[in-house]
Amino acid sequence: MKFLISIVLIIVLSFCACLYFPWWSIAIVAFFVSAAIPQTSVVSFFSGFTALFLLWGIMSFWISTTNDDILAHRISLLIFQTDNAFLLIITTTVIGAVIAGLASLSASFLRAPVYRDA
Amino acid sequence: MKIVPLLLFSVLTVALVIILNSTLLLPAPLGKLLAPQSGIWQNADPADKNYSQNLSFSGLEGSVNVYFDDRLVPHVFAERENDAYFVQGYLHARFRLWQMEFQTYAAAGRLSELVGNKALSFDRDKRRLGMVFAAENSLKEVEKDAATLAECNQYTAGVNAYISSLKESSLPLEYKLMGYRPEKWTNLKTALFLKYMSLDLAGSEDDFEYTNAKSAFSTADFNKIYPVVMDSLDPIVPKGTVYPPPAIKVIPPPDADSLYFNSKDSNTIVEQKPDKDNGSNNWAVSGSKTKSGYPILCNDPHLGLNLPSLWYEMQISTPSYNVYGASFPGAPAVVIGFNDSCAFGFTNAMRDVRDYYEIKFRDDSRNEYWFNNEWKKTKFRIEHILVKGAPDFLDSVAYTDIGPVMYDKSFDGSRSTGKKYYAVRWKAHDPSNELKMFTLLDKAKNYDDYSAAIKHLLTPGQNCLFAAKNGDIAIWDQGEFPAKWKRQGDFVMPGTDSNYFWQGMIPQDENPHQINPERGFVSSANQLPADSAYPYYLGGSFPPYRAWEINKRLANMDNITPQDMMKLQTDNYNVFAEMAVPLLLKNIDVMKLDGEERIYYDSLKSWNYNNAVESKGATIFVITWDSLENNIWKDEFNKTGLDLKLPYESTLLENLIKDSAFSFVDNIKTPEKENLSDIATAVFKNLSSTFASLDKRDQLVWGKYKNTRIQHLTRINALSRLHLPIGGGTNTINATKAQHGPSWRMIVSLSPETQAWGVYPGGQDGNPGSKYYDDYVNTWVRGDYNILWVMKATDTNNQKIRWKISFNPVP
Repeated sequence: MKFLISIVLIIVLSFCACLYFPWWSIAIVAFFVSAAIPQTSVVSFFSGFTALFLLWGIMSFWISTTNDDILAHRISLLIFQTDNAFLLIITTTVIGAVIAGLASLSASFLRAPVYRDA
Repeated sequence: MKIVPLLLFSVLTVALVIILNSTLLLPAPLGKLLAPQSGIWQNADPADKNYSQNLSFSGLEGSVNVYFDDRLVPHVFAERENDAYFVQGYLHARFRLWQMEFQTYAAAGRLSELVGNKALSFDRDKRRLGMVFAAENSLKEVEKDAATLAECNQYTAGVNAYISSLKESSLPLEYKLMGYRPEKWTNLKTALFLKYMSLDLAGSEDDFEYTNAKSAFSTADFNKIYPVVMDSLDPIVPKGTVYPPPAIKVIPPPDADSLYFNSKDSNTIVEQKPDKDNGSNNWAVSGSKTKSGYPILCNDPHLGLNLPSLWYEMQISTPSYNVYGASFPGAPAVVIGFNDSCAFGFTNAMRDVRDYYEIKFRDDSRNEYWFNNEWKKTKFRIEHILVKGAPDFLDSVAYTDIGPVMYDKSFDGSRSTGKKYYAVRWKAHDPSNELKMFTLLDKAKNYDDYSAAIKHLLTPGQNCLFAAKNGDIAIWDQGEFPAKWKRQGDFVMPGTDSNYFWQGMIPQDENPHQINPERGFVSSANQLPADSAYPYYLGGSFPPYRAWEINKRLANMDNITPQDMMKLQTDNYNVFAEMAVPLLLKNIDVMKLDGEERIYYDSLKSWNYNNAVESKGATIFVITWDSLENNIWKDEFNKTGLDLKLPYESTLLENLIKDSAFSFVDNIKTPEKENLSDIATAVFKNLSSTFASLDKRDQLVWGKYKNTRIQHLTRINALSRLHLPIGGGTNTINATKAQHGPSWRMIVSLSPETQAWGVYPGGQDGNPGSKYYDDYVNTWVRGDYNILWVMKATDTNNQKIRWKISFNPVP
């Protein structure tokens, strides 16, 4: 449950933050959400990672699809020297996911994690 | 709290953000660029994007409605004329902001600010030529004219209204890729843009190369290889025309023979030059030759082919006028187009309006120069060039009464070791207000309005074409041209004596022109404007062939339809080849060719002189001719050790036809005396392996060999259109070369209800993420045209209209 709430919060707050602030505000959002909702480091990482994977993945996929991939073809050719719209979408997605995941992971060490014996 | 992993992963996160937000490690700030809400994804316009908007601005006095048709062409309906310019500025910026600004950066010598040291030499060249100086002079002239000033002010306000609305996310793609932001637009930037066009069209001459050639060759040889009048010539105003005596009598300086003509000085300046093939076709046929009985006007300016395109198509309708055509993003008004009464177009006049003078300074301080037997003071203009990633560069340019001292010890085209100083006298430095011409042409109702409008064109000189619904057709070789004595300014002139100055300007009414001629058409294709009966010296850099072919075709046509004109504009017939191939075939000794060589010889022989996409003959001819040229000239030219200009192909052809013992043919590096047949045969035999290797890779067909491409202004291939299968080339009416060609094809039938067609190789939206970025390219490649739909105020429900932007004054 905490995992899902974290993801939803990071998605919503990241989206709002990026309307007004630079793109890397996703790291700050992920950090504070994970600080507020403590989880184990691994789970924390994946809440940030998953949130931005979904947010940036769906957004870039949707934008590119409505654009008939015109821009993605050109920019992938420019950046990767290969005409592959999907590669540009997945790069976007992974960048957002890794940054948010790392920020969430960092925040997870703010509180001593509670380990339960199995 | 676990302090170690907390710190470790926090630092890692921050480090990754920094890397992805900068170019420290990556070639591009990938995080910043790819962030979906602010980066490049925001430039990916939905295919079904809705362009409609309601906008209000305090700069407007009345409301303006802009209707976009299905090709994204805006039809602007303004209650007040000046509001139309505001909206034009807004639309240019909305669809073309980056290119507008980039071109003015280039004009002002500011590219180093964006791309660093590699543009420094380019920038210094523009600064030292006085591009900003020229734009400032032009702006002063604009400011003297209340109407043009108001027009410019409103245009600038419109551009800035759009710039102010931009957020990080809505910046044009190129700003994001290159990492900078637009500045405010100014009237000076508009002036700079127009000087950018002047440089492209009137910034070419071969004075240094000719000076070198004069020093190395005998006068007889020089006149043979750089003649001032070519034989195969059909001037704009036909041969045999009688001209009144000139109002200005020019007298060569008394010491011209010793100091100028027989001076054997040479130099090592290497100039940066515009494309030598900047040129164009235009013609108008009178109603007597058309099927409809009304005139048809055609124009296709040949310029560098770029994306986003130089042109932006639009209609502007106000209570006082209604004009449709191609405009320049960067300047108000429609430039090539038509209104409810007439149509107008341009080709370049190709006149030499830029000359150099050798300056004698008193000492290295450049504070004083020797002029008319006394030391005169110079003024300095300090050019402050910002360079990305490097310290600023300060360039001090001395200004004399002649003009800026463009070349000196510190700047000489990067190759010279000479110690000489050269000042440039460029007509584009003189105050002028060319915008006034475009504005008045947009409103012109008849021949008198047209001829009054073109009086405002001083530089770059153009062949201004006109046709009206009342049946008038006309052409003026217009501009303000210096009256020169024969060969004045073809070479570097002494800068110590005012006798070598231009002695006056040719009165504009003495410019060559033609109105409603008997033959039923007027035309120009950059050829010489008049024959030797014209009382002023015209210089010798005029390509003869396209004009020759156009005039021949037009003379033989009757009952002309717009479709006939489309066929003519896109015609690939190479009239130069028609004259040159028989000479080649005659001189290549077939007996000396082996099997494979014979195959290519037969290809050339059976070629129909069409530069068609699939033609192998065209490629074989072009390669053979180029190689023959090099063989004939290069031995003598290389021996001089100087930078020389290769003579025109027409010059070589005429010399070879006229003189079977043309002395340059012999290869001076061999003891034998070669004749044309020896050289031509050897050249062809040598080339057969080139032909075979091209053939094997399927690159021998003309379209593939020529490899036409339309490059983005940054030269980024991913934003360009490459490998376009289109025919034509140099010396064909369809003058499409590798990166240069018909930049706006337009055909206007001046029937009671105007019918017009046009196409340019680009698209209305400068955004590479829009489907309207390059949607005309394929139409252009096929030789097809778009119908230019002139919207009427009552057409608001027409199904062609897709979107509407309402501009309203702030209540």
